[in-house]
Amino acid sequence: MTRSKEWLYAWLLLLPAMTLLALFTHYPAVANLWHSFYSTPKGARPAVFIGLENYRTLFDDPIFWKALSNNLWYAAGTIPLSIVIALVMAVWVNDRIAGRGFLRLAYFTPTILPMIAVANIWLFFYTPEYGLLEQITNAFGLPRHNWLGSQSTALPALMVVTVWKEAGFFMIFYLAALQSMSPHLAEAAAIEGASRWYFFRRVTFPLLMPTTLFVLVNAVINAFRLVDHIVVMTRGGPDNATALLLYYIYEIGFRFWDSAYAAALTMVLLALLGLAALAQFAFLEKRTHYQ
Amino acid sequence: MLFAQVRRWLAGFAAAAAATIAFAQAPVEVSFYYPVAVGGPITKIIDGFVADFEKENPAIKLKPVYTGSYQDSITKALTAVKSGEPPVTSILLSTDMYSLIDEDAIVPFDEFVKTPDDQAWLKSFYPAFMENSQTGGKTWGIPFQRSTIVLYYNKEAFKEAGLDPNKPPVNWKEMAEFGQKLTKRDASGKVTQWGVQIPSSGFPYWLFQGLAIENGVNLMNAAGTEVYYDKPEVIDALQYWVDLVKKYKVHPEGIVEWGTTPKDFFERKVAMMWTTTGNLTNVKANAKFDFGVAMLPASKQRGSPTGGGNFYIFKKSTPAQREAAVKFIKWVTTPARAAQWGIDTGYVAVRADAWDTPVMKQYVAGFPAAAVARDQLPYAKAELSTHDNQRVTKALNDGLQAALTGTKTPEAAMKDAQREAERILKASK
Repeated sequence: MTRSKEWLYAWLLLLPAMTLLALFTHYPAVANLWHSFYSTPKGARPAVFIGLENYRTLFDDPIFWKALSNNLWYAAGTIPLSIVIALVMAVWVNDRIAGRGFLRLAYFTPTILPMIAVANIWLFFYTPEYGLLEQITNAFGLPRHNWLGSQSTALPALMVVTVWKEAGFFMIFYLAALQSMSPHLAEAAAIEGASRWYFFRRVTFPLLMPTTLFVLVNAVINAFRLVDHIVVMTRGGPDNATALLLYYIYEIGFRFWDSAYAAALTMVLLALLGLAALAQFAFLEKRTHYQ
Repeated sequence: MLFAQVRRWLAGFAAAAAATIAFAQAPVEVSFYYPVAVGGPITKIIDGFVADFEKENPAIKLKPVYTGSYQDSITKALTAVKSGEPPVTSILLSTDMYSLIDEDAIVPFDEFVKTPDDQAWLKSFYPAFMENSQTGGKTWGIPFQRSTIVLYYNKEAFKEAGLDPNKPPVNWKEMAEFGQKLTKRDASGKVTQWGVQIPSSGFPYWLFQGLAIENGVNLMNAAGTEVYYDKPEVIDALQYWVDLVKKYKVHPEGIVEWGTTPKDFFERKVAMMWTTTGNLTNVKANAKFDFGVAMLPASKQRGSPTGGGNFYIFKKSTPAQREAAVKFIKWVTTPARAAQWGIDTGYVAVRADAWDTPVMKQYVAGFPAAAVARDQLPYAKAELSTHDNQRVTKALNDGLQAALTGTKTPEAAMKDAQREAERILKASK
């Protein structure tokens, strides 16, 4: 094969994936950026170029800032917790214990349940007076609380649902990584007299870094992407206490029909996720040891 | 035997002839979106209507499309408008009227009202329902599945509290007093049964509107260009709601979920609840105790907002399609069908003469609670609806939830909501 033929061959192989990416990822992103510089067309009134006006509105929009800060809290609350729980669960069900298969299944179940159905069930867990949570706290004589109905607890209540939903999913990745680890390492450490904790800290955990990076990227994306339960459980309320960025974008775009402003908000979300991905790859990549 | 054969042969002939005629005329296709917002076999009833109508009008082919909740339906309808292929007609919230007009998506019904018969038809609907269907001297929607808020109360709980089970509260003072008698606490002071519950999740504005109207004012003007969130009467109305929680302690704290409120009522966690008449069939089926239905209590007057869905006709349709759609809408809102629809669903039959039909009279005689919503209609006012409706409404919802969760005083919350709503309304002009 000549060089130019090889070159053509390579491009042809890349073409299907590139077409899909360009069509469904790159073109929409660019078109979205373009739309964010225009006003929203309404009825007979066409869209006009307004430059950065949508971004100026965004800067002055208190609900946007509220949604952004909610989202950052939400990410800070759900990402580390679900990763730690996933790791602990994976290490546990990796051991030879009785009922291991059942435990693995139990941990993974939340992941395969549809979020909308799950949110409806959790809605009744949190119901004041006779909800499951209330019945438990009641048995201990603790005071009543309206979990989803007060501004201070609504967002944490939703975070619990997310952690519950995500931890099992991440556990599967850790479990797969743990199983591919050579048993010689553990045997060698045992001969050297290393404690279990020391072995985990110095051997297992570093070897799991590639998985952690992968899980972290997914967790960050999900923290900004998963809003199904908000639609069911709080609709962003009370007074925007649980409004997350994507939910707010949906509201602006498909309830208020302000598609141009929604486009501007989407650009912010896109930039945010892009930055997060860059940071993760720049900092963590160096510390990650690939086998 | 022979007769049966002949009859079958004749039937076959008739069907073939009908098919030929229909084919010759090429039936007018009318696509039609409808939501389902209450329990019950709604799709089955709609399909039944469609089949009966097509039998009587073989030249028209209806294509009903179930489109989810009201929110999903308006989303789908407006998306279809933007993509250039809207339905010919659709049932959407009556409050979507201004949004649909602003999007230049619908046509008024006036051009189809030509004969005195047509005019009589348009006048037959309750005026309270027409308030959300008309603006600028034109009729944009035809009431179909409409509702109001009523008070449901547990008669057994009333008896236990020493109250007359046939005397629901008639005014705000009584609702608070009865509520205090109905609120039960255990030895440690924990509430085991609340007096009253007014849901505040999702769309608190609708229930709050009941309080505001009772206090003498509605929240907006008829043109949909102004709102009155910070009028003293409105602030007072919110103060009363907050007082039910903080002062009288007869209403649960924080946000009360709309969806679980009927369940709270069935579980005897609350003795009185405010919710839609559309829940009547649900409560009738699930309340294990004797319950009553009453008009909302009065402050300066009785009052409730109307709610629910209207028929609209979309602009991008042929004249033949529009005529056919209007024909169906007239057909489905005849007194007999309006009555049957009301009985099957719990919605308020939309015209006075529907209540005079024998079926309805019999139904009301056996179940008087069904007539409460009708009796309340003379006091009912239009549901909150303005230009850029959903945003203007959200401003109020946020304010109400802020006051109910205690982060703002009623006055501050309503002043903020008013400022925000005015900003949005100014921008939408």
